[in-house]
Amino acid sequence: MNGPAQVLRILPEVILTITGVLIMLIEPLLAQKSSRKPLGWLAVLGTLAALAASLWQYQLPPGTAYFGVVQTDAFSVFFHVLLCGIVLASLLAVLGSVPDTTENLGELFALIVFGAIGMLLMTSAVELLLVFIGLEISSISTYIMAGFRKKSAKGPESAIKYFLLGSFATAFFLYGIALLFGATGTTRIGDIAAALSTGQVSGLVYIGLAMILVGISFKVSAAPFHVWTPDVYEGAPSPIVGLMSTAPKAAAFAVLLRIAYGALPLLHAHWIPLLWWLAVISMTVGNLGALRQLNVKRMLAYSSIAHAGYLLVAFTALSVDGIAAASFYAVSYAAMNVGIFAVLSQAGGFEDRLTSIQDYRGLAYRSPLLGGVMAFFLISLIGIPFTGGFFGKFYVFSAALHSGMVWLAIIGLVNSGIAAFYYLRVITAVYSKPAATSPVNEVPPASVPLMLTLFLTVVTTLILGIVPGRVLAAAKAGAQTYASVNGNGTTVASR
Amino acid sequence: MLSDSILTLTTFVPTAGALVVALLPRRGRVIQWWTLAVALATFILSLHLPFHFDYTRHGFQFEENYAWIASPAIRYHLGVDGLSMWLILLTTFLGPLGVLASWKAIESRTKEFYFFFLLQQTAMIGVFVSLDMFLYYGFWELSLVPMAILIAMFGRNRGPQAAIKFFLYTFLTSALFLVAILWLYSKAGTFDFVELQSRLGDGSLALAPKALCWVSLAFLVAFAVKVPVFPLHGWLADVISEAPTAMAMVVAGKLGLYSILRFNLGLFPAQSREFAPWMIALAVIGLLYGAAVALAQTDMKRLVAYAMLSSLSFCTLGIFCFSVSGLNGAVFQTLNEGLTGSALLILVGILYERYGTTDLTQFGGAAAKLPWMATLFVVTTLSLVGLPILNGFVGEFLVLSGSFPVSPGWVAAATIGVILSAAYMLWMVQRIFYGPQSALVAGKAAGDLNFRELVTLWPMAILMLIMGVASPYWIRAIDGAVSSLANSQVNSVTHTVTNAAIPVAEVKQ
Repeated sequence: MNGPAQVLRILPEVILTITGVLIMLIEPLLAQKSSRKPLGWLAVLGTLAALAASLWQYQLPPGTAYFGVVQTDAFSVFFHVLLCGIVLASLLAVLGSVPDTTENLGELFALIVFGAIGMLLMTSAVELLLVFIGLEISSISTYIMAGFRKKSAKGPESAIKYFLLGSFATAFFLYGIALLFGATGTTRIGDIAAALSTGQVSGLVYIGLAMILVGISFKVSAAPFHVWTPDVYEGAPSPIVGLMSTAPKAAAFAVLLRIAYGALPLLHAHWIPLLWWLAVISMTVGNLGALRQLNVKRMLAYSSIAHAGYLLVAFTALSVDGIAAASFYAVSYAAMNVGIFAVLSQAGGFEDRLTSIQDYRGLAYRSPLLGGVMAFFLISLIGIPFTGGFFGKFYVFSAALHSGMVWLAIIGLVNSGIAAFYYLRVITAVYSKPAATSPVNEVPPASVPLMLTLFLTVVTTLILGIVPGRVLAAAKAGAQTYASVNGNGTTVASR
Repeated sequence: MLSDSILTLTTFVPTAGALVVALLPRRGRVIQWWTLAVALATFILSLHLPFHFDYTRHGFQFEENYAWIASPAIRYHLGVDGLSMWLILLTTFLGPLGVLASWKAIESRTKEFYFFFLLQQTAMIGVFVSLDMFLYYGFWELSLVPMAILIAMFGRNRGPQAAIKFFLYTFLTSALFLVAILWLYSKAGTFDFVELQSRLGDGSLALAPKALCWVSLAFLVAFAVKVPVFPLHGWLADVISEAPTAMAMVVAGKLGLYSILRFNLGLFPAQSREFAPWMIALAVIGLLYGAAVALAQTDMKRLVAYAMLSSLSFCTLGIFCFSVSGLNGAVFQTLNEGLTGSALLILVGILYERYGTTDLTQFGGAAAKLPWMATLFVVTTLSLVGLPILNGFVGEFLVLSGSFPVSPGWVAAATIGVILSAAYMLWMVQRIFYGPQSALVAGKAAGDLNFRELVTLWPMAILMLIMGVASPYWIRAIDGAVSSLANSQVNSVTHTVTNAAIPVAEVKQ
């Protein structure tokens, strides 16, 4: 595809850029006192359009654009749709829970949209420098969002911590790219694979791989690069955490999948042990850490570390199985995590009125709907059948077993058994009688946008658990993109 | 035709009912009546099974088999044989009775209770009808959730702890079970039970014996927790004493025992035989241990819990002696346990509603005030201790006679358990109903069983009698299913219900 038509390959990004710029331009024109929520609805519209554009991209023949730096294929479109869906659900959750009087609300919507652009670019870029630019766009937006509650002590702390550690990790990632460039003379994913398949593999490649892995592990909060997670989740507003804990992670996993299976398939034997250990440590540290938490958001932070571990299990599998399982897991994790943080946003509000597990006692008495939905997402996080959480786990571990990783599967599933304990503690609290003076008694009835978020996430989780066929097929189609790379060492991209 | 979709209907009518419960208003007894209607409808639907069951044919009937997910290859495959059919009927029979037993006991938050109650029905029926390992595992795990939530919500005083204990015991062990299922799938490429069974059986799916041993152990442990088999019974007493009656009635026994029979014996006959001496030993230890602990209890619910442990161990014993009569006895005893145990729990629940305690030391001489109650309590007790003409006798006799030739020493010890069961049960009856009237019984103006309670209990008592005198009606279907399990290594053995069992150990020689 040449000439102006190339823009179709980045259509969702373009739409979101226009939306973000519009929000920034309109915001100063609004009266000082007027509500900024219409800007949020504008962002919702833009995201919907981007989602539609992504779905439309499925019809495009796979191929690259702009001198071969972006590639639209079943893989990138799959993640585009996922990311747009997450952003959409999170925007609705923000709209449903944020008070009208919040300062800088217009900027928040713009930041969400800009962050989304970065993430979309990460998943469609096949040039590592563009991946890096996308990563920076999305990271900087998330750093600012993490500190959005400027007045509370935890907000700035959360942002600074995230920023310092995050920029350190990005530096690792960039350094890794530089080393790969030094070793192979290119930063294009396809060319790297080609260069590695012909010549001697220099030691720099291994160091580069390790550095990239460190950078990505930080972004997906895999242990031992996870320390920022609980503090950041605790300090940021709940609906934002729902976004932060899913979308950037999904994008980073997409990048890792592309690099691992696209650029370095021949080093398979070298990165498998690394990811094996990363997965085991993440699952174990996440679950054991969560056992000790009394604060729900910190508990969910540790749980997200554990879930990053489950997802990493997929990387130890053979290519098609592994990529499909990882992609599917990213979807199911996103649905339930955005959902449960939407529940927290409603129950605790933007300002986190409810924090500890005890505070959630009796939520189901106060609001059967909210309590029931919360229990449903926790059940899905445990991995009970007929929910997306189960099928994701099932698929990941069956992929691992298929390539003979029996111990990894045993460790992983025993871990999921341990995890059941801390999720259950919350479920039983939600279904116990509340104390007379409990803050849970002041939980307001759910607003329409928030109900929409809950509806979207519940339905997605159920679909993934009961009739996952179509999503699985889409994930498999994405995975096929790399099957041929592994086979003959050349990319499938049509140049 | 109804026969083509009867299993789907029976399984999912309760779910549909549950969804309606979620929409019903919390006014009067609307929700109770609706749930009762749904449970009765499910029972009536399930009656289709025994009337259209072909008793002459082995293998699965009323099968439904559709592709569900293309890859991994998961099928929606349902079917019943003589083994699962009666267990489904037991479940659907106990459904309306569970509603009636909860009628007064559950006064607040009825919507949540009956919603989860109906969901639990679906999960349990689903376990019995699933012939795809994935589907089966789905229902198996699903059956934990409503149970745990209801125990947490309606526990008497330490509900949440009991719920978490129950959940973790079962969930942790089924994590390994899932690994085993997935491993089998990675080797065989199918989750279909029938296909797995035939391919493992005829050797076309050759797997390392050591690996198979681990796989079958993972299966066995997961099921044994749910029975429970000694020493995995730690959750039982807490759950029975905390859970609302309708949940306590269904929490133990049938799901685990059925799964052992279907999957352990069905898929891994050789490995199961290797474990058999251990399982027989554990069963007899559980039998005696449960009986001994029951003797020492002063709380009715805990006593019933240990009595259940003891009599469920009987079923385990019957299974692992691999003789036809032992297996028949084990299945029959599973049905008995479901029926008699439930009746006992309902009776204890009624006493608790009347007097607000289950502490045996506070009771005495209640027979004079509650004559009907005493009558039904005694009938149930006699069924549990195995009085001839009642159902318990048939099961115990078949198990003992079937297992004696296999391991005479252990079985001789087991008979002590039978004697002990008479001791603790009759002693409990004596402490509650006879002797001088205690201050509690004399002080409370508690009426005898009312109409609703009589309607709940009489069908059970009558069924105990019918199952005692007309046991062949049940056994002929069970026999067709279990005979293939007993003979899965020795195909030449033929038998009928009446002739004495031929223990496999003898035939082999």
